Amino acid sequence: MKRLLSTFALAGAFGLAAVSAQAATKLEQVKSKGFVQCGVSQGLPGFSSPDDQGHWTGLDVDFCRAVSAAVFGDPDKVKFTPLSAKDRFTALQSGDIDILSRNTTWTITRDTSLGLNFAGVTYYDGQGFMIRKDKKVNSALELSGASVCTQTGTTTEQNLADFFRANNMTYEVIAFATNDEVVKAYDAGRCDVLTTDRSGLAGERLKLTNPDDHIVLPEIISKEPLGPVVSHGDDQWFDIVKWVLYAQIDAEELGVSSKNVDDQLKSATNPEIRRLLGLEGKYGEGMGIDNAWAYNIIKSVGNYGEMYDRNVGPDTPLKLPRGVNALWTKGGIQYGMPIR
Amino acid sequence: MSLTFDDGTFIRAEMETPLPPPVRNIGVIGWMRENLFSSVLNTILTIVGVGLFLLIVPPLLRFMVIDAVWTGDSREACLGPDVGACWPFIGAKFGQLIYGFYPIEERWRPNVVFALGALLLVPLLVPSWPMKRLNALLFFVAFPIVAFVLLTGGNIDASAFLFERFGLIHLIVGDVTIAGINIAFWVDYILTAIVVALLVGAVIGVIGGSAPSAARNTLMVFAAFGVLVLIWDIDFGLPYVETRQWGGLLVTLVIAVTGIVASLPLGIALALGRRSTMPIVRLLSIVFIEFWRGVPLITVLFFATYMLPLFLPAGANPDGLLRALVGVALFSAAYMAEVVRGGLQAIPKGQYEGAMAMGLTWSQMMRLIILPQALTLVIPGIVNSFISLFKDTTLVLIVSIFDFLGQLRASFTDPNWASPVTLYTGFAFAGLIYFFFCFGMSRYSLFVERRLNTSHRH
Repeated sequence: MKRLLSTFALAGAFGLAAVSAQAATKLEQVKSKGFVQCGVSQGLPGFSSPDDQGHWTGLDVDFCRAVSAAVFGDPDKVKFTPLSAKDRFTALQSGDIDILSRNTTWTITRDTSLGLNFAGVTYYDGQGFMIRKDKKVNSALELSGASVCTQTGTTTEQNLADFFRANNMTYEVIAFATNDEVVKAYDAGRCDVLTTDRSGLAGERLKLTNPDDHIVLPEIISKEPLGPVVSHGDDQWFDIVKWVLYAQIDAEELGVSSKNVDDQLKSATNPEIRRLLGLEGKYGEGMGIDNAWAYNIIKSVGNYGEMYDRNVGPDTPLKLPRGVNALWTKGGIQYGMPIR
Repeated sequence: MSLTFDDGTFIRAEMETPLPPPVRNIGVIGWMRENLFSSVLNTILTIVGVGLFLLIVPPLLRFMVIDAVWTGDSREACLGPDVGACWPFIGAKFGQLIYGFYPIEERWRPNVVFALGALLLVPLLVPSWPMKRLNALLFFVAFPIVAFVLLTGGNIDASAFLFERFGLIHLIVGDVTIAGINIAFWVDYILTAIVVALLVGAVIGVIGGSAPSAARNTLMVFAAFGVLVLIWDIDFGLPYVETRQWGGLLVTLVIAVTGIVASLPLGIALALGRRSTMPIVRLLSIVFIEFWRGVPLITVLFFATYMLPLFLPAGANPDGLLRALVGVALFSAAYMAEVVRGGLQAIPKGQYEGAMAMGLTWSQMMRLIILPQALTLVIPGIVNSFISLFKDTTLVLIVSIFDFLGQLRASFTDPNWASPVTLYTGFAFAGLIYFFFCFGMSRYSLFVERRLNTSHRH
């Protein structure tokens, strides 16, 4: 409502409006407007896409709902701004959104000179290869001489060149402007191999005529750690977003899920769980939010494992295995910092 | 019954029935000979045409109708070899394609707006229907206000906002509210209106115009705006739906209709300004037109959406859709201005001189003589602009406004519906929708042209 009204200010009152310049912290701003504004992608299977009822779903979306649960105790006090790859950072810098949760790779340029802070990694992705089963190839190192379908002007193309050069292999690139063209070309047999991020491969596979005829090779040729981003200049907000993720990972490690969290709240004896759920200590207050913050997250959105399984896990059409995204105790690298 | 005279002279008393024309000149065969096979080139073109038809239409029909899947509730239904269009996908996403993320329980509101729009627009387009003036007033003035209130929910408390920002007596009395109406604001508003009207009257009077009529016009503008504020203030009990949640065909139509309705008068004003003899007006018009024509629409939208907030003071953050709307309207107004200018230049000088010789004022001359001729001349150009504007609305996707096509693209990413044919189905449907609107506009413009006979056929 404020926004709409502000149009009038535009008409002639630049000076007058300037009086209301704010010095509030991000948390205060978010609390006063009553919702978290979250930037997501304009559509990426399993990470953010609208379902049949028009609700945003996906891993990136659920993370924003978790932040909302932590701040407001209600996962639905979040509004989504679908952003393209081009305008995502501008939207964050201009304050149009509070969090960017849009399959964004953590790189040094973005973390430093763009003025952003990465709050953790919700999904460790990496570039992989998909190939037809009947080619009888079991490793990317056997791909010498292959023709590879990819999208133009992305880092994918660069990674591909690096990988083949480093291994002294020859290849032929067949590049297209959009992802959909790449998939159609691969499906039509115009190239032997399809390459993109592995989470993307799982999504593209669904669009193939016979998904079961294709396998994803084990090699991962690039590091694509994807995570939520906030802008520089507000450490409190940065801390909150960071710890929302850690709380979800810790909860999985401690075996606290949305199903048993109420029982745990009543009967938990493990001091780590008691601290997580706010029964001991005042860790929420230290961040300026409710002490039951982690309980609210787990109750409404679930722990990291639940969030993963619901959106991209084996029971979804994407069927992505946990892989490196498993907990560190189970052979992966997801590691939540201790709450104490 | 012929007569035969005694001398043997034969006189025919009735007309001989003519022989029928040769079979090859009439009926289907004759038509084909004349239209399809009249020359070698024509014959070749006909064969190529038939070939293309056979090449395109049967597979298209097979995909869209014969092999198509009509029922199902997830991607499973649309898998398998030789499957055609996946219509359940469109069925599942239909609501989103029309309304975007508009809350489902509030969707009756856009429906009412659509129905009202159609109800008012159709009689406006049919020339023989009466009460054009009232109809136009309803469509161009009342309808936008009603649509605004219905779509956003109204009750934006404009009076309190204006009072706080601009109110002269706000500091003295503060808000005085009786029965939900901010009395202090209205007292302030009436006072402001009177003061401004007196000032305008005085200035016009000094520079030699009619002071009373100027003051009266000013008061009328204030009254109109007052009514607007009053309507915006009323709480109709409709929940607020912010424009971020709008999407799909709703947004496409809102942008296209606003752009079309706003760009025509603006464009006419700019075209007249550019041909004006007043140097400042002409210069400003030229600068405006050339600036907007020199900048790509994508840049305009991107700038309005992401760069503008960086320059505006904190808190003054106009609505995203509104920013895009203003951008689109100004952009298309610049193009419209050049189209209209083309029409103005095509009017022979004699028309201007004739009008002036009759003692018409400049505005009478334009309104009665020049513009009616100029505008009818450029109807194809105007409709061209409208159609391209309608299709350009898809560019708002880059500033995160999900128009019809944007919503469709977002739907493609739903893993529950990802299948080899989803993409084709979606674009086939989008093609049909866009064709319906653009072809409709094109046919209507042809109809208007024929009616006004602007091509001067004899």
